[in-house]
Amino acid sequence: MNLTKNWDWETARKTIPFKEWNEKFEWVEEPYVSPDGEEIAAIVNTGEAEFNICANGNLWETTYEKIWHLRYLADNRLAAIVNEDGEWTVSVNDTPWENRFDYVWQPMFTDDGQHIAVAIQSGMEYGMALDDKPWETLYANMSNATLSPDGKQTAASVQIDDFNEGEIFKFEKGVFSAAVNGNAWDNKFVNVWQSAFNQDGSKVAAEVRLSRTEYAIAVNGINWGKTYDAVWEPLFNPKTGSVIAPVLRKGSWTLAEDGNILWSNRYKQVWHQTFSPDGSRIAAIVAPSFGKWTIAVDDKPWQATINDLIWGIVFSPDSRRIAATTKEGDNWSVIADGSVWTHTFDMVGTPVFSPDSKHIAVKVEKNKKHTITINDRVWSEEFDAIWDPVFNDTGDKVMLRTIENGTYCRRVMPVDELLR
Amino acid sequence: MADPAEKIEEKKAIPSDDNIVDEGLEKGAAALTEDKIASVINQVIDEETGARLKVYVDTCIHCGLCSEACHYYVSHDKDPQYSPVGKIKQTIWPMLKKKGRVSPEFIKKASQIASTQCNVCKRCAMYCPFGIDIAYMISIVRRICHKLGVTPLYLQDTANSHSVTMNQMWVKEDEWIDTLQWQEEDAREEIPSLRIPLEKEGADIMYSVIAPEPKFLAGLIYQAGIIMNTAGINWTMPATPGWDNSDMAMYSGDNEIMGRLKKSHFETAARLKVKKIVMGECGHAFRSVYDVGNRWLGWKMPPVEVVHAIEFYYDILKAGKIKIKKKYEKPVTLHDPCNVVRGRGLHEKARYVVNAICENFIEMHPNREHNYCCAAGGGVINCGPPFKMTRMTGNRVKADQIRTTGASVVISPCHNCHSGLEDIVHHYELGTEVKFISDILYEVMEKPE
Amino acid sequence: MNTLYQFVAGPLLWIAFALFIGGSLYKVINLILLTQKKEAYLFCFLSWKWSLRSILHWLTPFGPRNMKLHPAMTVVTFIFHICLLLTPVFLLSHLILLEESINISWWALPDQVADIMTLLIIGACIFFLVRRINSPEVRYVTSASDFVLLAIVAAPFVTGFWAYHQWAGYQPAMILHIVTGEIMLVAIPFTRLSHMLFAVFTRAYIGSEFGGVRHAKDW
Repeated sequence: MNLTKNWDWETARKTIPFKEWNEKFEWVEEPYVSPDGEEIAAIVNTGEAEFNICANGNLWETTYEKIWHLRYLADNRLAAIVNEDGEWTVSVNDTPWENRFDYVWQPMFTDDGQHIAVAIQSGMEYGMALDDKPWETLYANMSNATLSPDGKQTAASVQIDDFNEGEIFKFEKGVFSAAVNGNAWDNKFVNVWQSAFNQDGSKVAAEVRLSRTEYAIAVNGINWGKTYDAVWEPLFNPKTGSVIAPVLRKGSWTLAEDGNILWSNRYKQVWHQTFSPDGSRIAAIVAPSFGKWTIAVDDKPWQATINDLIWGIVFSPDSRRIAATTKEGDNWSVIADGSVWTHTFDMVGTPVFSPDSKHIAVKVEKNKKHTITINDRVWSEEFDAIWDPVFNDTGDKVMLRTIENGTYCRRVMPVDELLR
Repeated sequence: MADPAEKIEEKKAIPSDDNIVDEGLEKGAAALTEDKIASVINQVIDEETGARLKVYVDTCIHCGLCSEACHYYVSHDKDPQYSPVGKIKQTIWPMLKKKGRVSPEFIKKASQIASTQCNVCKRCAMYCPFGIDIAYMISIVRRICHKLGVTPLYLQDTANSHSVTMNQMWVKEDEWIDTLQWQEEDAREEIPSLRIPLEKEGADIMYSVIAPEPKFLAGLIYQAGIIMNTAGINWTMPATPGWDNSDMAMYSGDNEIMGRLKKSHFETAARLKVKKIVMGECGHAFRSVYDVGNRWLGWKMPPVEVVHAIEFYYDILKAGKIKIKKKYEKPVTLHDPCNVVRGRGLHEKARYVVNAICENFIEMHPNREHNYCCAAGGGVINCGPPFKMTRMTGNRVKADQIRTTGASVVISPCHNCHSGLEDIVHHYELGTEVKFISDILYEVMEKPE
Repeated sequence: MNTLYQFVAGPLLWIAFALFIGGSLYKVINLILLTQKKEAYLFCFLSWKWSLRSILHWLTPFGPRNMKLHPAMTVVTFIFHICLLLTPVFLLSHLILLEESINISWWALPDQVADIMTLLIIGACIFFLVRRINSPEVRYVTSASDFVLLAIVAAPFVTGFWAYHQWAGYQPAMILHIVTGEIMLVAIPFTRLSHMLFAVFTRAYIGSEFGGVRHAKDW
């Protein structure tokens, strides 16, 4: 999958007027830009209860009563949730799905932008729709919608049996399960939360609760057979297919694999376990002690700790480096390979590695001005808005998508220039 | 003139808390054995408590000086069963003394006392000469009862709702978003370009509320929309679970669900890359994000700053982002909610806000940290209709407090307090209106044409 | 009688002091270690500033609101605790014994003052006893152990007063005085009298939470 290869990496600067849209429409909502940087789009209001989408100054042909959740897909198509005659659906590049629903929300896209899944409600029944195809079976309630990495399957927690508010004893017998592509597991649970697919889509693991106090991980409906005081979201090992989840026992968290304790250290918290792209390493956000946060790689926590928050853990493409965002008080920064960057900001984006894993770029905000920081070096130019930076496939250029004085600007910069 | 005999009848008619039947407590206790009870109590004591509980129990000199702190005690004509230490005597002391070997009947009573006759308001911590945190001990009792499956039905149902939907009132995912869009549309009647921005990554503020707002107080979201838009705030609301900041699991003793809720809330804010969370006028939710739920997850302080509505209104009024057209004229008094006053010291800011929007503010006495609890908080109102009279008879002192002010409006910047005070006003026929700050702020503020 | 006196004023006294000091150290160290082991996070919130703010407020007569609500109790409690701590430490006869034994001494209270202070303590004990019996909220949480503790505290002062005034049978009273004093010393770390050791910690903790986290007063 090499989406960026065919993009324009030569033109240094392209601009699209944006501020002017405000004069053309009643109001313009927050803009989104395409991954290749060639387009800027926003939901615009064109009159009372009349909404449209303006992309590069051009309106879609269809006007809707309501539009929300406008996003670009990875393949630069534009998707939104739209409402026409009181019915909701998804529209991609101005082409609505054929199916209409009483409500549509939580769109999920694959990394290649080829598949779209949404949560749907029809006649007060709940399910999911994948690429305009709704589940055949709908349920009394649904949550924790998931899309498989290959975009071919969906899963969610669903309510199997009816029960009324206040029926706590029926609830405790278990009325929830997970449904994969609309088909519920045979087993029922007190709760089913977030689920995950394995690489080939043949297995789904989910965090489940068996009683008020017993938690487990269930794979294809069968729980590990061991219970814990709590668990967090599971994840499949892309290489071996085993299931890894954080588990709590006697007040301490650690990672477990297929029901066996995997990490020997005990932590005050462990979550967001992530596999390196080659599947050989596991990193997780951990609290080695109360109020101290860091990242542990294969059960070895980094020395540097953060008091408030570590968020958005990312592996480099070569599986050797790790970066995440940090927050101490009002100051956001980046922690990479065990050390915290010296610069701090009012907000930082998710770190982006160059394809050769050499550079880490991140969008940053300070005093309402936005710019880019690469390898802890802050670029001197400032903008009114900026999106996540994108590296070319050789890692020597970076595309910046910014808004400068009301004009959208797509720049291609040599990385060296930003590091100067 | 009432006949004296009638008066006696009337007095007798005051319902006793002893006769309340709650299915959650009854059925839960019926399934217990003494062995099971002992094993759970000892597990909680051994694994989940430490020197603090031991020292609290060993240090308490049984002086009874905490009694006056409790609205239940004062309202029950100083019945010692309702004093803070009296409730400890009926719950945790025997559990410890008998090494957990207590009867199912005892657990049922202990659960009722801990969940419905104590609001864990921590006023008594200010009255104990040693600063013993009695509410903490009551929370341990609730935790034990939770693990034993003996929790009042309505409270448990609320915790169940939290576990399934991540909100307090079984609000389904689409209902939440739909309500926001409906309120946005309604508010456009007033400010045509008004927005309630959903899922706006990078906004300055994520506004979070508790589930009763979308469920049956949607007007509050409307008002928030007007206030945010008028003040020119760059804000957003999430269109995913995690929007609800409330947490009855914290009060039912279900720490694991509490942690799950707070994780969901803070991670939603982190995902949306906001700098702060502003929360509506709710007290217990503040406690949950500020020094209970966050701690259970390992955070010393909230990982994303949470600004309570009182402080938010204070900030925007002080900065002149909201101008007042004409101050509210009716005489008002202010109820200090425990969780943001004793819990966060927002009492002076609350007074600044009330004075900024109201002509005639009358203090209630005692006030600030010493204000009496509403008797609804701490999960008690969530124990539902069976225990409504527990709250009414247990808080006569609040009715007296309000009545004495002579105010025609009592401002209550907390949802539980608000509902609790409405019940009290009604029960004691005070004729006072109960309002949120935002009700008045919305009414008196200048709005864009 | 003399042998008995030698024993209670000699080895038994040393044992009592050893148990008092050793027991107190054990209790306090155990509190810290156990907290470190099971609730280490509590230390994150402890602060000298807010601990002292709370402790000083609660050492100020009629500082906290609750003291104003119970004026008699406040007055009696302050007098009781002050006298209880000062009288034994600054009593001339105790100091003479101390000097004879290990050659250390310090300023002593005039005997008459000490006598009055002893009476105040006994009076306070009677007040506590009456309160425990008469006040419903205190009686409700009272068990036999509370009376025993009160007796343990009162006994050395009653017997000391008796012995000092050399009333009938003052010799056995003197032995009783020493023994009850020893009992009280030993009781401090091992009964609820341990509030003498722990109060500073409980106050420090709640003071830190209220001051540093909750930004509120705790008095």
